[in-house]
Amino acid sequence: MSEISDYQQQLLHAIQTEKASVTLMEVCGTHTMAIAKSGIRELLPPNIKLLSGPGCPVCVTSQGDIDAVIELVRQKDIILVTFGDMMRVPGTYSSLQEERSQGADIRIAYSPLDALRVARENADKEIVFLGIGFETTAPAIAVTLEQARSEGLGNFSVFSLHKVVPPALELIFSDPDINVDGLICPGHVSVVIGVEPYEILAQKHRKPCVITGFETLDILEGIYMLLKQIKQGDAQAEIQYRRVVKREGNLVARQSIEKVFKPVAARWRGLGVIPDSGLALREEFEHMDARLKFNIPEMEEIPIKGCACGEVLTGKISPPECLLFGRACTPLKPVGPCMVSHEGSCAAYYRYTPAKGRG
Amino acid sequence: MCLGVPAKVIELMANEVARVDVNGNQTEISVRLTPEVKINEYVLVHAGFAMEIIDESIALETMKYLEELLQYE
Ligand code: SF4
Repeated sequence: MSEISDYQQQLLHAIQTEKASVTLMEVCGTHTMAIAKSGIRELLPPNIKLLSGPGCPVCVTSQGDIDAVIELVRQKDIILVTFGDMMRVPGTYSSLQEERSQGADIRIAYSPLDALRVARENADKEIVFLGIGFETTAPAIAVTLEQARSEGLGNFSVFSLHKVVPPALELIFSDPDINVDGLICPGHVSVVIGVEPYEILAQKHRKPCVITGFETLDILEGIYMLLKQIKQGDAQAEIQYRRVVKREGNLVARQSIEKVFKPVAARWRGLGVIPDSGLALREEFEHMDARLKFNIPEMEEIPIKGCACGEVLTGKISPPECLLFGRACTPLKPVGPCMVSHEGSCAAYYRYTPAKGRG
Repeated sequence: MCLGVPAKVIELMANEVARVDVNGNQTEISVRLTPEVKINEYVLVHAGFAMEIIDESIALETMKYLEELLQYE
């Protein structure tokens, strides 16, 4: 056995010997997926519970916001450029995929910079980039907006559904119905924001926070660090994912977010409206705000019947506890966004849990 | 969604663009958010941007807690 897998075994062994009852929450869709895939949850002793939180940007997007985007693509001469994850997310009456099959021009891009190319090549069309994601993604959109402004691309705009993570974590820690003893903090969001926001949370709520990487070894080490703090009565923010995350985060990226976006209240699926948790374009960039440019109104929030995504996203239930899970709702025929996105908790559970364990 | 992949910087080009190698495939990314990056360094790539330089001296194999884990044997 190699030294690394030895170490991994030792971490697991230490975690398995833990006697106290502890509930940890991971707040990153990539962790949700990595944990499901590696089978870590099944290896934990019954006294250590691992919940998934609101860590999937597609899943936390509100129903009204999805409906608003669908409203937008129905307008004339619009080309919507989006990350692929958004295509199948069900709105109240339709999805982007359905709109595309009805003739809407919707293109999937890997980078927001691709949307600028589309804008240059289609001067007679309006190009809208669907900005979705947490702090990891916002700097890329910010740089793209700056670039569009300096090129004077009049036909480019962004529909910003961007959200920031710390206000949602604040809400989770403050909710008396959600009992979490420690947080496995998102590795790639933290690449940008650094450790400080978690220091504030850890201190205020007396709960440890560990910024964790995505390999099985990282996750086990992160869990071990949290258990150790809990045992010692500590509540610190620590970085396990030190090879990528700096204490101060990425200052250049933080500055670009700051320059282009301003914090606004935003509605999260399952969590409601959270102050200062969304990112809207600042005044200097407002002419590239698609919501204003195309007069898209706030849409009513119509919940999806029977879908418990809201409870799943706050760790109040685990996916198999939803009555539709694996029956009316599967990745092929998803009812809610948590089953659509690869990193949604329901999709991760469905894909990696053997059929008999699906409840 | 916040997925990041490690890539090795092969060439630094004009306009803060770099050619990088991801698992044997070459592609171009923006290094606007990591202006100090050098050739041969590894970066974490997300949505076509280098988000951070990966510090290879802190490899996965650091095994920071090795000693204290022995007490669980
Ligand atoms: S299983 Fe489907 S219906 Fe149930 S919470 Fe998940 S996405 Fe919603």
